[in-house]
Amino acid sequence: MYVKLEHIYKNFGGFRASDDVSFSIEKGKLTGLLGPSGSGKTTILRMIAGLEQPDAGDIIIDGVRVNDLPASQRGIGFVFQNYALFRYMTVFDNIAFGLEVQKKDKKFIKERVQELIRLIGLEGMEKRYPHQLSGGQKQRVAFARALAPNPHLLLLDEPFAAIDAKVRKELRSWLRETINKVGITSIFVTHDQDEAIEVADEIIITHQGRVEQKGSPAAIYKNPTTPFAAQFIGQSLILDDYTKLHGFDKTGTYTQAVIRPEFIQLARPGKHLYQNAAEDGIVEDVFFRGNSLEVRVNVKGMRLVAHCSLEEEAFQPDDPVSVLIYRLFLYNHDQVQLVENRMLEDKNPVFI
Amino acid sequence: MKQKLVSSLLIILGAVFIAVMLIVPLCTVLAYALRQGWETFASAIRDPYAIKALRLTLLAAVVTVALNTVFGVFSSWAISKFRFKGRQFLTTLIDIPFAISPVIAGLVFVLVFGRIGWAYSFLQAHHLKVVFAVPGIILATIFVTLPFVSRELIPLMQAQGNEEEEAAALMGAGGFKIYRKITLPHIKWGLLYGIILCTARAMGEFGAVSVVSGHLRGKTNTLPLHIEILFNEFHLTAAFAVSSILVVIAIMILILRNIVEYKGKKAGSEDVR
Repeated sequence: MYVKLEHIYKNFGGFRASDDVSFSIEKGKLTGLLGPSGSGKTTILRMIAGLEQPDAGDIIIDGVRVNDLPASQRGIGFVFQNYALFRYMTVFDNIAFGLEVQKKDKKFIKERVQELIRLIGLEGMEKRYPHQLSGGQKQRVAFARALAPNPHLLLLDEPFAAIDAKVRKELRSWLRETINKVGITSIFVTHDQDEAIEVADEIIITHQGRVEQKGSPAAIYKNPTTPFAAQFIGQSLILDDYTKLHGFDKTGTYTQAVIRPEFIQLARPGKHLYQNAAEDGIVEDVFFRGNSLEVRVNVKGMRLVAHCSLEEEAFQPDDPVSVLIYRLFLYNHDQVQLVENRMLEDKNPVFI
Repeated sequence: MKQKLVSSLLIILGAVFIAVMLIVPLCTVLAYALRQGWETFASAIRDPYAIKALRLTLLAAVVTVALNTVFGVFSSWAISKFRFKGRQFLTTLIDIPFAISPVIAGLVFVLVFGRIGWAYSFLQAHHLKVVFAVPGIILATIFVTLPFVSRELIPLMQAQGNEEEEAAALMGAGGFKIYRKITLPHIKWGLLYGIILCTARAMGEFGAVSVVSGHLRGKTNTLPLHIEILFNEFHLTAAFAVSSILVVIAIMILILRNIVEYKGKKAGSEDVR
């Protein structure tokens, strides 16, 4: 394991930012720390960088405990949320700064900076100042500046938060490709699950200063292991009384359930294959979502959200609708379980 | 129509106020100084005591500004870039000279270093003289002008935030390099502005200096004190002539201030993010 955190605790005044945080990261992986604001993800990143000191616990990088090592000697590149480019220096000087501090010779610095400027595709902009760059360009310069001294580990704090939506998508795939090309172990912080799922090899979900779950994006999406992960990932809705739904019985101590749009299929009344497993509902609202329709339906007083293809005839508000629910995540205060609709299992029709 | 009347009335009121409060007094100083002709004016400002007073004023201003600049830069850096216990207290402490009457500031130094002060025997033993001597004047001036530089810098430094410095520190830059390459370029116009304000105040300081100086002509008289003495002795023309030196210096400082402010604003608008 390349980066390892063991039982890290950190308080700011009365606020517990890290509560027994332990995880490890493999060399060469791109890891996303995902969580809502205030969940302690940035604090974790800043402690790894050495910008904050943990109250207790060990931080180990490449087999060495770095707690007492000053930030500058940890071999870490850091990309700040607002880039923190040196505003009175040109793009060239920004990228060269770390190398100049290390007293590398001029020729080497020049070559290295040129190489990085090519990598980030900003040739010809060496003499510009940060205020003459767009958000995406600043982000790239910050990235190049962090990489210049050849760090072993790259940390990125909300790397896409300050960029507009269109550029953000491009930059995400660019960053992913570039990090793979450079082959550097990287950790980034985000509150945006789409971003984490798209960019990261591995996701660590944080909540109230604790690590909730760690795994590949697919595993986290399909098998959330904690109630928080189940609620946080996907477009999840919470149902207080899932037993009212056809095919779902009270199971163990599970009191509540999480439902996602992809668990639901809508059809015109009477058109469902499994008619007896379906619920009757009323369409409340229909929203155009670009590549699909988002339909809000009322089923027995519960409001559910489903997605519909644009190919089908669109539902209108107040239309009666047949709602088939395939599965739910049931949870209590510390467990999660995926359950399938019993009516679908029981009446397993035989197609031979 | 009515609105126009009100607005012109307010403009006239403002103009009259400024004329009566600022322009007329300043003009009076110059007019009175030159009332008995150029010769009297020249002899008054060529008077050896006046020149000595001017020298002392400049000396006190230079020493004060130098020390307060160093203190201001350090204290504002500490206050804006670090979190420590007593930070708020220190901020309040720096503002004290603004809140306290200069006369009290002067008395404080007399009570500490003067004949009845607790440091007197120590000073006496080492043949040092503070009160009724130049060091006392400088001390009093430093006290009164202490907040100017840091008051200018703290908001600027707070607005800049810590991230650029953290980024530089992460790459291994030392404190001085960070200050020179990142902090200083950001604050330089504010710093210059603070220094100018501090200079203006240091040259004109009267109350605190009056208490500690002892009014020894040619020794501990600064220009403002010299003017008071002349005035009290009914050398009105001479008093106004010497005053005009201070007025001219003040106007020069104001012009300098405006240039700096203009340049600073221009630099500020260029780094809109």
